This record gives sequence, structure tokens and C-alpha cells, in this order.
Amino acid sequence: MPKLIIDSKEVSFEQGQTVLEAARENGIKIPHFCWHPKLSISGNCRICLVEIEKLPKLVISCSTLAAEGMIVHTRSEKVINARNAVMEFILINHPLDCPICDEAGECKLQDYAYKHGTGESRFVEEKNHKDKRVELGPHVMFDAERCISCSRCIRFCDEIAKEAQLTFIKRGDRVTIVTYPGQQLDNPYSMNVVDICPVGALTSRDFRFKARVWEMSSTASVCQGCSRGCNIDIWVRNNEILRLTPRKNEEVNSYWMCDHGRLNTFKFVNENRVGMPYIKSGGELIQSTWDAAVNKAASLLKTVNKDKTAFIGSASASCEDNYILMKFARSVIGTKNISYYKYIDENFGDDILRRSDVTPNSTGADLLGMNGYLNYSNLSDGINNGSIKAVYLMDDNIVDKDPSLEALFSKLDFLIVHSSNMTKTAGMADVLFPSAAFAEINGTLVNFNKRVQRLRPAVALKEADRSLDGMNVSRLDKFGTGYDRWAQGRKRDALSGWKIISMIAAQLNNKFKYDTAEDVFNEIVRSIPEFAGLDYELIGKNGSDLKVKIAQPTLKA
Amino acid sequence: MSVKKRAKDLTLLERIYIPEIIKGLALTLKTMFRPKYTMEYPEEKFVPPPSYRGRPVLVLDENNEERCVACGLCSRVCPSLAIDIQASETEREKERYPERFEINMLRCIFCGLCEEVCPEEAIVMSKDYEMAFSNRENAIFGKDKLLVPVSQLKDRIEFLRSYK
Ligand code: SF4
Ligand code: SF4
Ligand code: SF4
Ligand code: SF4
Repeated sequence: MPKLIIDSKEVSFEQGQTVLEAARENGIKIPHFCWHPKLSISGNCRICLVEIEKLPKLVISCSTLAAEGMIVHTRSEKVINARNAVMEFILINHPLDCPICDEAGECKLQDYAYKHGTGESRFVEEKNHKDKRVELGPHVMFDAERCISCSRCIRFCDEIAKEAQLTFIKRGDRVTIVTYPGQQLDNPYSMNVVDICPVGALTSRDFRFKARVWEMSSTASVCQGCSRGCNIDIWVRNNEILRLTPRKNEEVNSYWMCDHGRLNTFKFVNENRVGMPYIKSGGELIQSTWDAAVNKAASLLKTVNKDKTAFIGSASASCEDNYILMKFARSVIGTKNISYYKYIDENFGDDILRRSDVTPNSTGADLLGMNGYLNYSNLSDGINNGSIKAVYLMDDNIVDKDPSLEALFSKLDFLIVHSSNMTKTAGMADVLFPSAAFAEINGTLVNFNKRVQRLRPAVALKEADRSLDGMNVSRLDKFGTGYDRWAQGRKRDALSGWKIISMIAAQLNNKFKYDTAEDVFNEIVRSIPEFAGLDYELIGKNGSDLKVKIAQPTLKA
Repeated sequence: MSVKKRAKDLTLLERIYIPEIIKGLALTLKTMFRPKYTMEYPEEKFVPPPSYRGRPVLVLDENNEERCVACGLCSRVCPSLAIDIQASETEREKERYPERFEINMLRCIFCGLCEEVCPEEAIVMSKDYEMAFSNRENAIFGKDKLLVPVSQLKDRIEFLRSYK
């Protein structure tokens, strides 16, 4: 490999890499605003200037190719003076309204002003005024005064979202960003520009002013929106999810996620939850206790012939939950009637990230052996012709998707439901268990590409203790007491599916011995060859590929 | 270093104490005619100087609008985590305002750091030192108790500006 010298350290690089990339790979930090690892090089911010021996002037490291024997200085006096000057120049017209800017705390300009600025301004004239609060699209707000014209947002739309929607107009200090005439910034990936904007010029209209970034904890997890399983961080304050942001994973989603995943897959965790177990009595769901609901479910399960009971798992539930449901159906009840629904939406998929399979774990369910897909008609037929008399349903609001099931379900002897939210399906249950949402549990999902990825609890359940259970904590979580309103966010009395089922199994004299989701996973690893050799630690933050090929079973009509 | 005399070494005059008692009474008498430093509180109220740090309050400006932009810096700097803010959007030029602003007076230690960090001169230490609560809920002051017209805070603001 060719080598160059950066700050008297010899580093090797690959032919074609720029100086900035070579430095970055070797842990030498060169500041940059406009350069982004996944976007084309525009070289307009000038903050990455470095000194290269034998070249007459400073050069921008983001677009200078590294060459054998180059001697680069990133901290010489000349470079530092140039950086100070660039910082001063960028800050001349910057409004410095950090107190009202959502970016504060995660702003490149703030960070670099500390590190590379001189700390004072010589500019006494009136600053430029431009438009503020411009709605560029349904999800993104633009503040033209804060923009430093790095063009990252423009390049993102052109190159990653593949929809040219943004452009610069005017020149010099009047330059600003607009959408093309008659257009909006409304591509399915539009909100990524909020993440990559190095300043607070582009902000999320959904998250705007909800919280300061330093007040929240962030937990590495996986998006529920489709079978891509984009890696995300879940941001929580006072036990409430406030936003999701993409987490870099080159194997899955790179630096991005889609707007649907970002906006529509977490609000159900905060709202309209099933708060406790319920038992139906006189046509009404009546609040109950765990013991009573578990007893009731166990005794109901004894009343119907095992072959007339159907177990329906979920492509949205974790592998752990589905595995235990299967184990329960097979070994405790003794039926093979186990299946799950697959949800395909051809309009959703695209050739960027979004997949037509809009559930996060159908591959996992298949691998576990749940692959006798149900579909609406064969479940309906079964209920109609009396071959199915009871249904045990975990985490799937199927009545909402097929309203005709509403009438059919009332013919059943009983319906037992696990649900995190008060849905139509939950309302029809004879016994309803509050189940934990994806952001409240440990578990694994397998994406369309057979990559096993971890869910981690970001929101604490009633049974959980943030610190003792090793959950990520914010400063407020750490120091709050039971007397502080800002630390009393509601903790739901819900449980993971595998825990609920284990309780019912125990009632039916079958002890399932698991303390944690990890115990369940370890059993999956032992009993299902596709998962062999994996453990939670190995899966880690970035997930781990299963080496197997699975035959895609065809959907029964 | 003075060496204390032992009782057996005292002179007669010292041993009978009378001159010492007279000296003491004279001091008492003299002090009775000196200006007083104590007050008949609560009949008489103490009005503190501008440097005094009473309970922190939020400033309502001349147009009866709150100055606070809910930046959260006071809440971040507060060493005792007394301040809880929920920001929200407003039509006003400064975009943000505190939808909720609460100071837990049982947590506050009157350090004045919130006042020092505020970029808007929106939170200042008042002269109010009279706080008594009979339960924890009452000790949490919301905007209703916190907002004070700027006219009542003139001295403190002038005092702060003189140190800028
Ligand atoms: S809006 Fe942000 S990302 Fe776009 S050019 Fe301006 S500073 Fe760069
Ligand atoms: S592409 Fe799929 S997994 Fe990724 S953010 Fe969108 S919905 Fe979520
Ligand atoms: S005076 Fe000190 S303790 Fe009290 S609210 Fe302000 S920063 Fe917090
Ligand atoms: S520091 Fe000032 S402006 Fe910011 S939230 Fe506190 S009182 Fe409001």
C-alpha cells in the first residue's frame, strides 16, 4: 500500500483516496462541513484546508488525492490561521441564535467554533437578513440565515434520494436554498437532510422544539417500518420517545432512513396503550390483574380441542416472542396450527431502502418455522367451517387490516390477544394482555437480507429499572427522584410476549425456564440450525449476517 | 502567646470579680444606645440590596411578553436540577417560548447560575425571600408564580449590567 505522512505520522492509503479520507481512516481529524462520506465532493466550505509540502498554497484535503510520499500538515500555524479565517468568514452572517436553534448541542458549527474559532468577532456591521421559518416540505423547515451554503442537502436529494428538489439561487452573501418552482422537498427520504445539515438551517417539523438534545437518552435499535430494518437511535426523555434518527450501518442503511420509518413507527409506543390485563365480561373488557388474566387464558385454552385452536404469531414481534409462541403451541397445547401474516405493500418498496414487505421480522418468523402463512381467506374459511374455534393472537392488529374478520371473530369460542395498543383486534379479545412495544424490550429481528439485529429497551416498563437493567440513561434519568415530575414519565405495566406465554405455560404445568430474552435467544441458537453460533454479544450494535439461504415459501392463495 | 493565669495566681481584685462585672454592665449599657442591626420581622420587612439573591423569577418585558425563549440553558446549568422547561413554537420573532416553565423551590439553592447563563436576561434573582410550603407540590412554581413585570426588577437588572 502507498504511504503518506500526515503530521509526521506515516499512514497508508488506498489509491484514489483523498487526503481527508486517508487522515480520517487513521484517526486524524480534519474539520469539514460540506464533505460527507456518502456524497459527492463539492469542496466549497474551505474548512478542511491543509498544508502540503512543495505545494505553493494550502489545499482542500477533501478533494486532493493522496499520493505516495506526500507530506501533509494539518496543525501547522498556517493551517490554523486559515481555519480561524474560514470560521470567522462563515460566522460573519450567521445569526448565532443557538438559544432558539434545535441543532444546538449537535451542531458542527458550534463544535468547530469552539475548536477552531478565535472566540471573537471583528464584524461590527449589520448582519444579512434572510427568510426564516420556510416550510420546504411537509417535514422540513428551513432557516436561510443559518445556512452556510455547504450544499449537502442539495447533493443528498440529487444523489441519494434521486429526486432533484433543492437548489441554490442568488450569489455571494445573498445565496440561499429553494425548492425548484412548483416543487416541495417531499421525497420519501427528505428528513435525512435534517441530520446531515451541519448547522440548524434544516430542522424537523415533527421534532421542532420538543426537547434539547442533551436532555434525552439515545438507545441503539432497529426501525419497525419495513423488512430493511434500518439501524436507528431512539431518543427518549422522561420515558417518552421524542424522535428516531438513523444510525450508521454500511451493511443495512448506510447513514439514512426513510421518513415513514422516522415519523410513523414510534408514536404508538407513547399513545393509546393497553395499560393492564383485561378480561371480557358481559361484552365489555374489564380491567383485571395478571394472575386472573393468566388463569383465565389457561382455563380457556383447556376448553377447546387442540386442533381447533389457531396460534397467530407476528412478523412485527421479535424472534424470541415468536419462538416461545411456537414452543407453547407445539409442546404445551400440542397443535401445529401456527402461522403469521405477512404484509406486502408493493407501493411502499423502492430501490433505495424501502422494502415491500412492511414488517420487520417476517424472515425471522420464517426461519423459526412459522411459515405456513395464514391469509385472510384461509383463516376466514377455517372459522366459517368450524375447523377453527379459538384463536391465540400475538401482536397483530388483523381486524383493522381485514374488517370482515370482526364478524367472524365473534363466532369463536374465545380469542386471546397480546397487544401493545387498544386496537380493534384488542377490543374483541376475551382475554387481553398488554404487550411491550419494540422500544421496551430486548429481542432480535431478522431483516430481508437475513441479518439478525438487536432491539434494546429505550423506554422503561413498569418492571424495569433504568440503571439496574443497564438501560441508557440521560442526565435527568440519572438524577431524578420520585418527586420530580420530569422523572416520573409513565411506565407501562406490559410484558414481552415470551414472558406472558411463559406465565400461561406455568399455569398449565409446563415450566419455561427463562429469565431474560437472551436465555430465549440462546435456546433458539441451540435448536434452530440457521442461528447456530450466534449470541447477543456477537450481534452487537451492527447485527450479524446469517450464513444460510432460505427458500422463500410461496404465498398460499 | 498569652499564658493564662491559674486561679491561685489571681490578685485580690481579680478574685472578687466586681470590677469585671462593672465593665460588662458598662458595655451592655453602651450597646443599648448604639444603632440596632436586628429587625422586628415580620412586622418590619427587610428590603435587600440589589446584590441579594432571592428566588429566581422570569421577566415580563414592557409589552407584557415573557422574555424567555426556552433555550434550556438555565435548566442545563442549574446544579440542583431545579428547572424544568417544555419549549414550544410561537408566532413571535423569536420562534420559541416556554409552554411550561417550572422551578422546584425545594431543589433551588439560590446560586444564581441560571441568571448568569441566560442569554435573554429573562431569569433574574428577585428580592423575594419569603417562601413557605406545606407540601412538595406547592414548592413547584409554574409560570403563574414566576413571571414578574420588569418594572419590579429594575435594580437587579441594573446591578447585573454594571458587572457585564
Ligand atoms: S441548508 Fe444546511 S445542508 Fe443545506 S446548504 Fe445550508 S447548511 Fe448546507
Ligand atoms: S426503509 Fe424501512 S426500515 Fe428503513 S426507515 Fe424506512 S421503514 Fe424503516
Ligand atoms: S438559582 Fe441556582 S439552583 Fe436555583 S434555579 Fe437558578 S441555577 Fe438552579
Ligand atoms: S436561560 Fe433564559 S431564555 Fe433560556 S430557558 Fe432559561 S430563562 Fe429562558
